[in-house]
Parts: sequence; structure tokens; C-alpha cells
Amino acid sequence: MSSGMPLLAIVALPFIGSLVAVFLRQDARNGAALLAGTIALCATLLTALQYPAVHRGGVLRTGIEWVPTLGLDLTLRMDGFTWLFAMLVTGIGFLVALYARYYMSPADPVPRFFAFLLAFMGAMLGIVLSGNLIQLVFFWELTSLFSFLLIGYWHHNASARDGARMALTVTATGGLCLLVGMLLVGHIVGSYDLDQVLASGNQIRTSSLYLPTLILVLLGALTKSAQFPFHFWLPHAMAAPTPVSAYLHSATMVKAGVFLLTLLWPVLSGTEAWFYIVVSAGLCTLLLGSYAAIFQQDLKGLLAYSTISHLGLITLLLGLSSPLAAVAAIFHTMNHATFKASLFMAAGIIDHESGTRDIRRLSGLFRFMPITATLAMVAAAAMAGVPLLNGFLSKEMFFAEAAAFHIDSLLDHSLPWFAMLASAFSVAYSLRFIHGVFFGPPATDLPRKPHEPPHWMRFPIEFLVLACLLVGILPAMTIKPFLATAVYAVLGPNTPPYSLAVWHGFNEPLLMSMIALTGGILLYWLLQRYLAKGIDGSPLLRRLKGQRIFERVLVTLSWRWARTLERLFGTQRLLPQLRLLVGFAVLAALLPLYRQGLEAGSQPGTAFDPAFLLLWIVGGLCAIGAAYQAKYHRLAAMVLLGGAGLATCITFVWFSAPDLAITQLLVEIVTTVLILLGLRWLPKRIEVVGEGLSLGLQARVRRVRDLMLALAAGTGMTLIVYAMLTRPLPDTISRYFVENAYAEGGGRNIVNVLLVDFRAFDTFGEIVVLAVVAVTVFSLLRRFRPAPESVEAPEQQQVQDAYDKARPDRAVGDTLADYLTIPATIMQWLFPAVIMVAIYLFLRGHDLPGGGFAAGVTMSIALILQYMAGGTRWVEARLRIRPVRWIGLGLLCAAFTGIGAWAFGHPFLTSYFQYLELPAVGKVPAATALLFDLGVFAVVVGATVLILIALAHQSVRTPRAARPPLVAATPAMTKEDA
Amino acid sequence: MTELVFALAVGILTASGVWLLLRPRTFQVIIGLSLLSYAVNLFIFGMGRLRVGAAPVLENTEAVDPALYADPLPQALVLTAIVISFAMTALFLVVLLASRGLTGTDHVDGREDPQ
Repeated sequence: MSSGMPLLAIVALPFIGSLVAVFLRQDARNGAALLAGTIALCATLLTALQYPAVHRGGVLRTGIEWVPTLGLDLTLRMDGFTWLFAMLVTGIGFLVALYARYYMSPADPVPRFFAFLLAFMGAMLGIVLSGNLIQLVFFWELTSLFSFLLIGYWHHNASARDGARMALTVTATGGLCLLVGMLLVGHIVGSYDLDQVLASGNQIRTSSLYLPTLILVLLGALTKSAQFPFHFWLPHAMAAPTPVSAYLHSATMVKAGVFLLTLLWPVLSGTEAWFYIVVSAGLCTLLLGSYAAIFQQDLKGLLAYSTISHLGLITLLLGLSSPLAAVAAIFHTMNHATFKASLFMAAGIIDHESGTRDIRRLSGLFRFMPITATLAMVAAAAMAGVPLLNGFLSKEMFFAEAAAFHIDSLLDHSLPWFAMLASAFSVAYSLRFIHGVFFGPPATDLPRKPHEPPHWMRFPIEFLVLACLLVGILPAMTIKPFLATAVYAVLGPNTPPYSLAVWHGFNEPLLMSMIALTGGILLYWLLQRYLAKGIDGSPLLRRLKGQRIFERVLVTLSWRWARTLERLFGTQRLLPQLRLLVGFAVLAALLPLYRQGLEAGSQPGTAFDPAFLLLWIVGGLCAIGAAYQAKYHRLAAMVLLGGAGLATCITFVWFSAPDLAITQLLVEIVTTVLILLGLRWLPKRIEVVGEGLSLGLQARVRRVRDLMLALAAGTGMTLIVYAMLTRPLPDTISRYFVENAYAEGGGRNIVNVLLVDFRAFDTFGEIVVLAVVAVTVFSLLRRFRPAPESVEAPEQQQVQDAYDKARPDRAVGDTLADYLTIPATIMQWLFPAVIMVAIYLFLRGHDLPGGGFAAGVTMSIALILQYMAGGTRWVEARLRIRPVRWIGLGLLCAAFTGIGAWAFGHPFLTSYFQYLELPAVGKVPAATALLFDLGVFAVVVGATVLILIALAHQSVRTPRAARPPLVAATPAMTKEDA
Repeated sequence: MTELVFALAVGILTASGVWLLLRPRTFQVIIGLSLLSYAVNLFIFGMGRLRVGAAPVLENTEAVDPALYADPLPQALVLTAIVISFAMTALFLVVLLASRGLTGTDHVDGREDPQ
């Protein structure tokens, strides 16, 4: 075991490189390519150096603790198989970086491309080297994300955007399924650690959760590897720049699915469910992909379908659950990566140098680019499975397995035939690729005159094709030891004997190969005439489009259903939401009632007084009346609301809550003033006689339903309250408050001590809320625009002004100024008296009913009275009230009183009290809580006055309905506005 | 009996409040919220049970007997709730005025019902 540094470096390097590339200049094509190439090369070398450690079953491991309590660590792990995969990812990454340097146009923002590419490489390495399942899923989703960015790199192109979105939707949805699957695996095994999971194969396979786990994991793997029925995203992803296709769609992204299947092969495979799902998905994909590939007109489309079919082949092999098939799958994964990457790059060169990828337009390119053509032909031959090339070897193994595998079902008996058929198809499309592009008469109408690419652009292909040849001719000397290491890592002691020779003698697989080759050539020859017509899409299957289904599903999900849900639960309309809320509350309260029943308690009741019943007959009628009148008779509704409020207030007095009664009464006054001020700006609503009869059915239903809801809520509350009141009061924290109010808080009025001492932090929060509301109201009103019909002066004022106009001895506004002179004078005289009451309430608050809240509201009433009596301008000419300062100073006062406790080493808002002997006044309580209460007082005054005055000022501003008027700093005066 | 009247009072206030809450006009909703806050305040207050003539103001400060006084905790909670509900009414009123100015209707959804 060596230290984990190299593993960390392998995963981290690409991400670091990606971050660096982001900050390169837009036109730094060489710099970005150099950076990406260097990093990929370093990662390749680092990976290569780990070989001795993973040889013969060794496992490298390193971990960083992240959330140890949840079993989530950053764990990196490398065995022989993942080593091989990491080599593939980094090595082909290097070649692609080199290729992309020449492929990308200097006009594109190339550093961004390399940043995405490097980040993708890092994510891919993260999947490969993850030692923890959750971490694997994380990197898995990261590859989906970066593949989205890479496919959509040319985002000005609509098909690139669509292809990117489709790839992301399909693979990321699969990734979510995978996440759930992995969570299930973790649940079964009790750990997310890969080594532990790999050691718990039996436990997983015998678990009752095996089937859902399998299906979810397979959904993840099959979507990623573009397996039927999720294959449709891959052809659309061909809108990506070709280096992306060469990297993502040959060697990495799409291989992640089969990588995962191989990785979990030891624990998940071997059951019937695995066989049927994986083999049928693989077989369908193999046949469909190879069939569709023959008829593609786009070079990259042909390669995409070919990739789909080869991935299907690998999936099929893994589904067979035999160790030899797994060997073939691993081997073919490697082989496919080499020849397909080189073919994609060749297609990119053809596109780059001739200006088109359309097979119908391309022809006879051999003349113009003989070297590239030769390389592409070798790679295509490997794809077709021609002897002496690597594709042949793995295809032989596939045939051998297909022929040898039997569990006596229709599926496995027909397997050899399907294998040969698919193989013949692949010969046909490989031939089409070679024959259609490089042979025939030289093309005449190409956008560019084709020629050989720069040597270094061709180098990656040369390298990969050389690998194809070497592996194909001398497998024992090249790939054998590495393959053995990888296979041993997956299969362990179950590794079967296998041979990698080119010549096994004349046997069944060779015969099948020969049949497939001849069949493919024959098929291509037969299809010549049909293909020459240049029809897009494959016959028979043209109508079967995964894409169309996908789009329909998306439209249904993201548009129709979303709209329906939005209509039902959306925030655009308040009424349905409130209905739901109330309905839900009623249901939630019904549940315990249904479960436990309801009965009254045994607590003896309070002595009954008929006056109390009378009080609430009046109060209840007021409430019902308010509810009945609120639509058409707003003023009446307000008066009735006040009646209900008064009944509440008296109830407080009745049941020993003087503080509440005082506060309620005072707040009642300010609320009334407030609503009166607002009434003017509401539209007139005049009751039409008989309107109720002409109501539509829907409106009637709505009303009945709302009435039911209201009655249910009311009945429920009655029952709950009655049940509660007839039960004895449990011993609560109140006992502590009562016993210690004087001893620790220094006050006789327990409620006040609670507010300013025991629960002062709560109160502090309340006054902050109050301040915030006041400032919000103020700023909302700054931009207030009244409705057009409310702009003109109120009716009474118009009448008064008209009267003034008609009389020569009166100026306009005189009547208004004289209006209600006597009450106004009384109100002005009351000013000092009300202030005295406020001070009185404030000072006695700690010992007797009163306190900062009540005093604050009283004080603001004193000020409001002046506004009502004299009008806004009259008051503001004589008295400058700065409510915002009151609020600010009040908050500061309260906060500093609290902070002051820190100076004495006590927690925030700890209070201190003492009684002082003042000459002539006597014993005076001097608690720091009084200072806090002063803060409360100031905030309440400031907030109330700010709200009311801001509203009152709306009438004295020059009202303009269309444009937001400026705030009235210099109010024009009218009298009735306050 | 007293308890039943109190409970009915809370119920009537709640029912009236909820009915108004579900009406489409903003003014109705404001009145409804006020009624509802009466109901809720009484409800919370009732948590301390109904006591006559036992205001939580200490008579003598030596050897305090908690049984002699009404529960002060719900009272303290309701006291702040009264002031906060005023603030809420104010905020809501201003929002409805602004919405009325901007949308030209006093429907809570900012537009008249389609039917």
C-alpha cells in the first residue's frame, strides 16, 4: 500500500486544470490546449505508475473523512479493472486534447471548451476511482452535467442546445434512479463502502429489496450507456464538437454505464432478473443500433448508432453472467474505445477538411487524404471484426459465449443467430463508411477542397490505429497482462482460463465470423440501390422514434401536468390557497379527534354570570354582522368589528387580565383610525338588490363550501376550547415566573416582568418586527398610486368647497377648516392629558397594569388626536415628529440595555433592579428592565405613528394615478384627511 | 357554563373570521383577519384557564402563592400578539391599497374572477 497521494492527484489535477483554464484569455487556444494536454499526460503517467500496486489483485485505497457519522467519506480506490479504465480515460483524454487543439476554430472560446473537457475528465476519473457509492453517484451526475455543457458548447446552435438538454434529462434522471438504487444497496449492506459492498454479493442477491435495487441501478447504467429504450439521446448528442464525441461517446461517458455494470457485476449478476433485463436490453440495443447505423446519412450519426450497438453488445455479454462473457465484455470495452475514438476523430477530420459529414455528398476522398483514409479503413475494419484487428478478438469471444451459453430459454437459443445478424449489420455499416466516403468518383460539390490534415491532428488516430493493429496481431505481447489484471480484479478467484490467440483453429466462432463477414458484404451489396436514394432514416423503424416519445413525455410532465398543478396549488391565486390551508388545518385537527375521541374534562367551572352570556350574545352578533356586512357596508362592518373587539376586551378584564384589556382597548382605537384612513382608497361597492338571486351556480357552490369550512373551523375551535377549559391546568413554567417575579425581576406586575425581564429577548424580537413592519409600510406608501377613481376629493369635501365658492364672503376651504371645531378644540386640549396618561401607564407598568406597549400606543393616540383635530399641516407646522428616530432610538435603547449586561459578565438582557428612595417622591423602582421598557415604548410610538402618518399623508399629496408621486415632504393641507 | 360561553365566543369569532378570509375582496379579508386574531388571542389566553379576580399582580411580595394568581404566561404572549396583529393589519392594509392602485381591483388575486 503506497500513500494515497497519487490517487488524489489523479482526480484533483483535471479539476484544478479546469479552474485554471477558466481564467485564460478567450483566444488562448494554444495555452489552453497545452494545459489540458499536459494535465492529461501527467494523469496518464501517474496512473501508469500505479500499475505495480494493482497488479495481481492489489487494491490502492485512500480516504479523507467528510461526514463520518453518516458514513460519507471521500474514498478513492483503485484496482486492476479501474486502473485499466483510468488509463483509458486519461490516455484518450490526452489524445483528444491534442486533436482538439487543431480541430477547434480560433474563433471559438477554446479555453472554455478545455475547461469543460478537463472537468469532465476529472468527474469521469472520480466515477472510476470512487471507493464509496454515494461519491460515485455524485461524480456520475457531474459527468452528466459537464456532458451537457460540452454537447451544448456551440450554444448558438439550436440542435446543440436540444441535444444537450436531452442528454442531460435522460442521463441525470437515470442518475437519480441510480442514487436511490445505491441508497438501497447501502441499506442492504449497511455501508456505502465499495469494498464492503463487493464482499456482500450474496446478501444483496438474497435481499427482498434486490429487484427494486437492481432495476434502479440498471436504469442509471442503461440511460448512461444509451441502451434501448433510452438510446435516443446519443444520436442527438452528435451536435457536440467532434472531439467531445470522440471522448465522451466512445471511451468515457457512455462507458460509465457498462463500467458500473462491470464493477457491480460480482454482486448483482447471476440471477434470472439480471439475465432477462440486461440481456434483452443489450440484445435489442445491439440489433437496433447496428440496423439503424446502416441507414444513417451523417458520418457521426452512423458512428453514434454503431456505438449504441457496441454498447449493447457489451451489456449483453455482462448480462450472460458467465465469467468468460465478463472477460469478453471488459476486453471489448477497451477495443471499442480505441477504434471508435479513432473513427470519430477521422470523421472530424473529414468534416473539418471537406466541410460536410453527409455520406451522400462525400465520395472518393481516398485521392485527397490517403493517409487518413487508410487509418480510418483499418479502424472501421476493427469495428467490423476483421481478423488481425482487435475487434476480431473480442467478437470471437462474443460468438463463443453466445454459442456456448444455455439456460434453456428461447432467448439464449436464438442468441447465436441474433449475434451473427448484428455482426453482419456491423460489417455492412463499416463497409458503407469506407466505401461511401473514400471510394467512388471524386466528390465535386464539397464546400471545401479536401486535403490531409496537419500531422499532429492525425497523430492521435495513428496512435490508436497502431494500438488496434498491435492488439489484434500480437495480443499476448500487448494487452494480455493488463487484461489479466483487470479481469482478476473483477472476477477474483473465479477468473476462467481464456486464450487471446488470433488462431484457435477452425471452430464454431470462426465459422460464425465468416458467415457474418460474408453476410455483411452481401447485405451491403444488396442495399446499394436503396442507399443510393439517400433516404434519411432507416426503413421499418423510421416511425419508431424515441425522441418523439421523449418530447411528448416532457411536454406532458413539464407543461400540461405542471400547469394543472400550478392552477390547483400555484401562488398566483390566494383564495384556493387559503381554502386549502383552512381545509388542511381542519383535517389535521380532526385526525386526533377521530383517533382519541372528544370528551369534556371534569374541572369544576367558573361561577356563571348571565351578564357574561349577554356580553357574548352581543359580541357574537357583532362578529357575525361584521362578516355579513364587510362586502357592501364597510363602515358598518368596522363598527361591528369594534363591538366584537370590545367584547374581547371586557372578557380580558373579566378573567383577570387587566394588562391585556388595556392594550386591547388602545390598539382597538389605533386600528380603527388606521382602517378609516384606508377606506378612502377602496373602490365603491354598491349592493344591487336581488343580486343574490342571480348568482351563478358556481358562485353558490363556492359560498356553501366556504360556509361549511367556516362552520367546521368554528365548531372545531369551540370543541377544542371547551375540552381544554374543562381540564385542570397542568403545572407549567408559569409557577416559576409567579414565584420569582418579585424576587428576581423586582416587579409586582408579573406580565410586565415576563415581557421586559424573563422573556425580554422575545419582546426584543417583537419590537424589531414592529419596526420592520412600520418601515415596510412607509416604503410601500412612498410608491403608492391610488386607483384613478379615488383620486378626486371626497364627496363631503366637494360639497363644502362648492358651498365656499358660491358665497362671496368665504374662501375655499373655510368650511372645511371650521368643520367640527368644538371636538377639535377639545382634542387639542387633551394633548397634555393623554401624554400624562401615557407616562403614568409607563411608570407604573412594572408594578401595576400598564407598561411600555400600552404607554406607547397611548402616546401615539395623543399624537394622532392632534392630527385629527388640526389636520396634517397644522400639526406639522407646530410639532416635528420624527417617528423613524423614535424607532431607531427605541431599538438602540433596548439593545444597549441588553448589551449592558455583558459589561457585568451576565448574558444578554439580564436585568438588575433596586428600589431608590427619592426625596418627596418616595420609593421608586429602578430596574434596568425599565430602560428596556423605555425602548419598547419608543419603538411602539414610532412604529404606530409612522404607519398612521404615512397613510394620512396620502390624502395631502397631489394624487396622481398614473405616475408614482413623490413622497409628501411638504404636505398640502386638507382637513379631513387625518 | 361560563366555559361553554367562552368556547362558543371563540368559535363564532373563528367562523366569522374564516368565512371572511375566504371572500374575494381585500377589505373582507382584513376584517376577517382581525376577527380571527381576536379568536386566536382569546384561545391562547384561555390556555391559562378562566379565573375571576385573580389578576397576576402581586399583592404581597413575601411567600408568593402561585395558586392565587391567574397564569401570566399566556397573558404575556397575547399582549405582544395584540400589538403584532395591529402591525399585521397595517401592513396588509397598505399592501391591499398598493395592489388596488396597481391592478385597479380590490380582488385578492389582483384580477377579477373569470366567471
